[in-house]
Amino acid sequence: MSLAAPIPLPERETPRPVGHRSRRRLALHGFLLLCCALWLFPLAWAAYTSLRPFADTAARGYVSLPGQLTLDNYAAAWRDGELLGHFAVSAAVVVPAVAAVLLLGAALAFVVSRFAWRWNVALLVFFTAANLLPPHVLIVPLWRLYLSLPVPPPLSDNGVLFDQLAGLVVINACFQLGFTTFVLAAFMKAVPTEVLEAARLDGASIGRLLWSIMLPLTRPALAALAVLQATWVYNDFLWALVLTQTTARRPATTALANLSGEFFTDYNVVAAASILIALPTLLLFLVGRRQLKRGLTLGATSG
Amino acid sequence: MGGFIWLPAVASILLSLVAWDGIGGIQQMRFVGLGNYADLLTIHPTFWRAIANGLIWLAGLGLVATPLGVLFAVLLDRRMRGSAFYESALYLPVVLSLALVGFIWQLQYAPEQGFLNQLLGRTTQGQLIDWLGDREINIWAALVAGGWRHVGYITLLYLAGLRSADPTLREAAAMDGATEWQAFRWVTLPVLRPVNVVIVVVTAIEALRAFDIPWVINRGQNGLELLSTIVANGLLGEATRVGYASAAATILLLLSVVPIALYLRRALRGDSGAA
Repeated sequence: MSLAAPIPLPERETPRPVGHRSRRRLALHGFLLLCCALWLFPLAWAAYTSLRPFADTAARGYVSLPGQLTLDNYAAAWRDGELLGHFAVSAAVVVPAVAAVLLLGAALAFVVSRFAWRWNVALLVFFTAANLLPPHVLIVPLWRLYLSLPVPPPLSDNGVLFDQLAGLVVINACFQLGFTTFVLAAFMKAVPTEVLEAARLDGASIGRLLWSIMLPLTRPALAALAVLQATWVYNDFLWALVLTQTTARRPATTALANLSGEFFTDYNVVAAASILIALPTLLLFLVGRRQLKRGLTLGATSG
Repeated sequence: MGGFIWLPAVASILLSLVAWDGIGGIQQMRFVGLGNYADLLTIHPTFWRAIANGLIWLAGLGLVATPLGVLFAVLLDRRMRGSAFYESALYLPVVLSLALVGFIWQLQYAPEQGFLNQLLGRTTQGQLIDWLGDREINIWAALVAGGWRHVGYITLLYLAGLRSADPTLREAAAMDGATEWQAFRWVTLPVLRPVNVVIVVVTAIEALRAFDIPWVINRGQNGLELLSTIVANGLLGEATRVGYASAAATILLLLSVVPIALYLRRALRGDSGAA
C-alpha cells in the first residue's frame, strides 16, 4: 500500500493569470491533503507501531523515530493469536455465504423482476426492511433458535446450529439476501421482455433463461455485489459473537476481541494483529475498488 | 430468510413480555406484561444513559460526520488532479470492520501507550487523560472513531449521486452568477433529493446499529452504554435475562421503524415513477 501523496499540480485547462482562482484551488488542495493525511493517520500509526519492537517503543516512547524495525510483532500475533485458524474460519464462512447470497439472490430477483408492480411493494418491504433492521433486534430469539433447532451431523457436530460454521453461513446469507435481491431485481427489470420471449420461443427453460441470459447481462452488478458482500461478511462481528462460543471457531474479525488482553500483552502486537486482520479487506479494496464503490452505491441509486 | 430474520424480529416483541432465563424450556416462561419495560425505564441503572448516548451518537453522525462527508463529496466532484487519491484515502476506513476501527483507535487513545497522550505529553501518572475510561469523555472518543468511518461512507454515496446528476444545471447556475453556496443550496440539494433521503436513512441506521466500537472497548459499560449493548449484555452477561434484553431490542426495533419507513417511501415513489 503506497501512502505517498501525488503532488497536486494546478489545473491547466486554459491559460490564465495566476490570481484569485488558482490561489483558491491551491487552498482547496491544501485542505484536502490535510484531511486525507488526518484520515490515513490512524491506520498508518497502527502500521508504524506494529513494526517496532516493544522494547524500542518502551525506551523511546511511541511518538519517536524507530531504533529498529521488525516483523516480530507479526510473528507473535500470528502464532499466539492462532490467526491461521481464524482466517480459515473466515474463509469457510465468507465463500459459501457469498456464493449462496448471489445464487439465491439472482434466482429470487429473476422471479421478482417478472412480477406485477403490486407484488413488488410487499416484496420490497419484506426484503429491504429486513436488511435495514439493526441486527441486535434479532439476536435474542436467534440465539435461542440456534440452540434448539436440530441439524444433522455433516453440518453440525453438536446437533444444533449454535457454535457451528454452518450457522454463521446461514445467518450472514439470510441477512444479506434482501439487499442483493433488490439490487439485482432492479437490474433485471431493465432487461427488455422481448429478449426473454425470444429465448422462450426457442424452447429455453426458466432455469436456462436465468443462467444463460439474465446472469451474463447482470454480470457487472454481480461482480460489484460479490466484492461488497465478501467485505461485509468478513467484517461481521456481532453474529459470530453471539452465535459461536468456542474460540477456535470464531472468524478473524470476532476473534480479535478475545485475543487482545488475553494473548496480546502490548499494543505493538495488537497493532500487528489489527493490520493482519485488515489486510484481506484492504487488498479487496485495492483490487476491486471500482466494484466496491459500485456495490456500495447500487443500493443508493437503484431500487 | 423469513425464518431467520422476520420470525426472530416478531419473537423479540413477544419475548419482551416474559421473564425467562433462556435456558429452561418454554414452560418456564412467566408472562409479566410490560414489566420488563417498566424495570428498564425505572430500575435499570444505565438505560437512560444508553438513550442519551444513542442521541449523542445520532447527533454526532448527523450534525458533524454526515455534513462533512457531503462537503468532501462536493469538493471532490470537481474532477481535479489527485481526486482519485483523495477519494481513496477517505474511503479506506469504510472497508474496515467497526470492531477493527475500535482497535485501531485504541492505539490512539490508550492512556500510556496511545498516540494522543504521547503527543500531548501527558504520559505520567496524574496527567494521563483516560480517553476511553473516563465516563465524562469516552462516548465522545468512541464517536470520533465511528465518525472517522462514517464520513468516508457518506462521501462515497453522495459523490455517486453528484456524478449521476445533470451537471448542466449547476453550470447554468454558475453562469447566472450564483455563488458556490447558492448553487449547492438551490440547485444541487433539491436535485439530489433521493440521495439526501438515503444518507439521512443511512445515518440514522448507523446510529441505531452502533455497537462494535463500544463493545470492543469495554463491552459497552462505564459510560459507553447503548441500547444495543444492553441487549448484548442481557444475553452474554453473567445472568441471561431474555425478557430484559428483548425489551431493549423491541425499543430499538420501534426506533428503527422511522428510518426504514422513510427509505421505503422514497423507494416506492421511485418505483411507481418508473413503472
